[in-house]
Amino acid sequence: MIILINNPKSAHQVYATPPGDLAIWFFIFAELLAFGIFFAAYAFARAHNIALFDASQQHLSRTSGAINTLVLITSSYFVVRAVAAIKQGYSNQCARWIGAAIGFGAIFLAIKSFEFYGKFSSGITLSTNTFYMFYLSLTIFHFMHVILGMLILAAVMLKARRGGYSAENHTGVETGASYWHMVDLLWIILFPLIYVIH
Amino acid sequence: MQYKSQAVAKPYFIAAIGLFLGQILFGLIMGYQYVVGDFLFPAIPFNVARMVHTNLLIVWILFGFMGSAYYLIPEEAETELFSPKLAWLMFWVFLVAGALTIVGYLTVPYATLASMTGNDILATMGREFLEQPLPTKVGIVIVALVFLFNISMTVLKGRKTSISLVLLLGLWGLAIFFLFSFYNPSNLVLDKYFWWWTVHLWVEGVWELILGAMLAFVLIKITGVDREVIEKWLYIIIAMTLITGIIGTGHHYFWIGTPEYWQWFGSVFSALEPIPFFMMTVFAFNMVNRRRREHPNKAATLWALGTGVMSFLGAGVWGFLHTLAPVNFYTHGTQITAAHGHMAFYGAYVMVNLTMISYAMPMLRGRSANSRSSQVMEMWAFWLMTISIVCITLFLTAAGILQIWLQRMGTSPMSFMDAQDQIRIFYWAREFSGLVFLVGLVLYIWSFFFKNSEAQAAE
Repeated sequence: MIILINNPKSAHQVYATPPGDLAIWFFIFAELLAFGIFFAAYAFARAHNIALFDASQQHLSRTSGAINTLVLITSSYFVVRAVAAIKQGYSNQCARWIGAAIGFGAIFLAIKSFEFYGKFSSGITLSTNTFYMFYLSLTIFHFMHVILGMLILAAVMLKARRGGYSAENHTGVETGASYWHMVDLLWIILFPLIYVIH
Repeated sequence: MQYKSQAVAKPYFIAAIGLFLGQILFGLIMGYQYVVGDFLFPAIPFNVARMVHTNLLIVWILFGFMGSAYYLIPEEAETELFSPKLAWLMFWVFLVAGALTIVGYLTVPYATLASMTGNDILATMGREFLEQPLPTKVGIVIVALVFLFNISMTVLKGRKTSISLVLLLGLWGLAIFFLFSFYNPSNLVLDKYFWWWTVHLWVEGVWELILGAMLAFVLIKITGVDREVIEKWLYIIIAMTLITGIIGTGHHYFWIGTPEYWQWFGSVFSALEPIPFFMMTVFAFNMVNRRRREHPNKAATLWALGTGVMSFLGAGVWGFLHTLAPVNFYTHGTQITAAHGHMAFYGAYVMVNLTMISYAMPMLRGRSANSRSSQVMEMWAFWLMTISIVCITLFLTAAGILQIWLQRMGTSPMSFMDAQDQIRIFYWAREFSGLVFLVGLVLYIWSFFFKNSEAQAAE
């Protein structure tokens, strides 16, 4: 499906269609829209109650958030390497890079669970206040997207390991990679918005 | 008609249209009672007319869904129906149960009906849309299970297509969520909470899957577009429906005593619910524009396109209108809700059933399409019914806006009944539009009785 519009020798490929299956882009835009509305709602709610938001924000762990940001960006890098590998036809290498990305996804989930454990054990719920409502729902929704992304990557990894992709035909790898980058992108917006900006 | 057993769809369609007529007549009675309150009192009080109007709607749509499944599943699975006899038996069980229920509503006071039918054994009655007596509810479950068994077995022994799988998922969901109608906790918040699991998760969840599958089936047949293309659309629409619709249930949880976060969840997710409906519109037009053949059944094509447009307007746009919590704070339970209800039910579930009936009925009667004159009549019916629903919706929206302004805004709001007096003019206009709808429906029924000697008609 990839059509090179520029000089094929050019280092930069210009895609006529987005990489991966077109259907995943419908999902990606829908997901971005849902999160986007939630982010806008957060901004709206915060503008009406800045003191409460700033006070509650102080109780979040920026360190674990920052570590998790690095973890997800690193895992996205691994996914990039996986796509580069399959474009040269290296199935096993591709599968290993994806495996590493899944591993980093798991590290993200572990750190996040630790954070949730702290919050829940100090009695914080969705009804504590509006800030925590946003904090918990946005991070839990994102948490579930990380799990979904890992499942998609796992399916891609298993197929790559069986030699299901090749240098010519690797739409599936790009599809999974696109979704994973979206999961990463959402966190890159979510982290500064909820944890840092005040 | 490729398979003999598809013929069982016919009585279901006929019953559906008959009950549709009943629904409209009771709608007209009720619309008149809005302005002349004691009309037909005490024989048919407003609350009874309302119950009959809404219950008939649900029952005839279910008849339509079942008939459509009996027509669609054998053709998709490329095999005869597992048991046509069972389908016939369930038809009579459902029809008799439905008829007895309506007779019960009309002949005895509701409280008497409740004590006659064992509501003290398991209290399930008295809740909007789920007013059916216990035996009827049990009957619905039995009919649904036998029906699902029948079509699931058919799919299992035949070809499995995306359309039949999505349809099965929708129909199983329909049956499963109906079970919540038996759960009636004495805590009013919990009662309402789970009541919506039937009501919302039907119309804004699993029914949309049924709608998508039926529309996709008819579009494949009339446009000849590749199944792969249509199936990919179907999957995206279904995914969007479930992503938005399930948590979108929250837009009913704003003011019933549930935690406040539902105002955010409900607003955000239900605000996205128009997306799958918009995709359905684009889907229908896109497929018809890419058609590979000119199907002689022009009327069915019109209904399919109409479903795409009207479901988006009614369910999508009119739903969005009052779905955000800060807006709903004022509009809740006003005529805005009634406006949305009318156009959404007509645009989505009435029209998709009529699309299917329009496509399948000629086939069931041994021709690929009705005669030209019959189709012209049907298209007149389409426009009359559709335009009058648009008018009903606009009049009720105007009534709703005025009602909110008078009754819910300002420092000295009017009482409910005083506000009602001020919006009578819109109720008259709505009743008149309803009469036009009835004319459309009569023409629609008439179109079935045309001689089809000009045969195979629109060449």
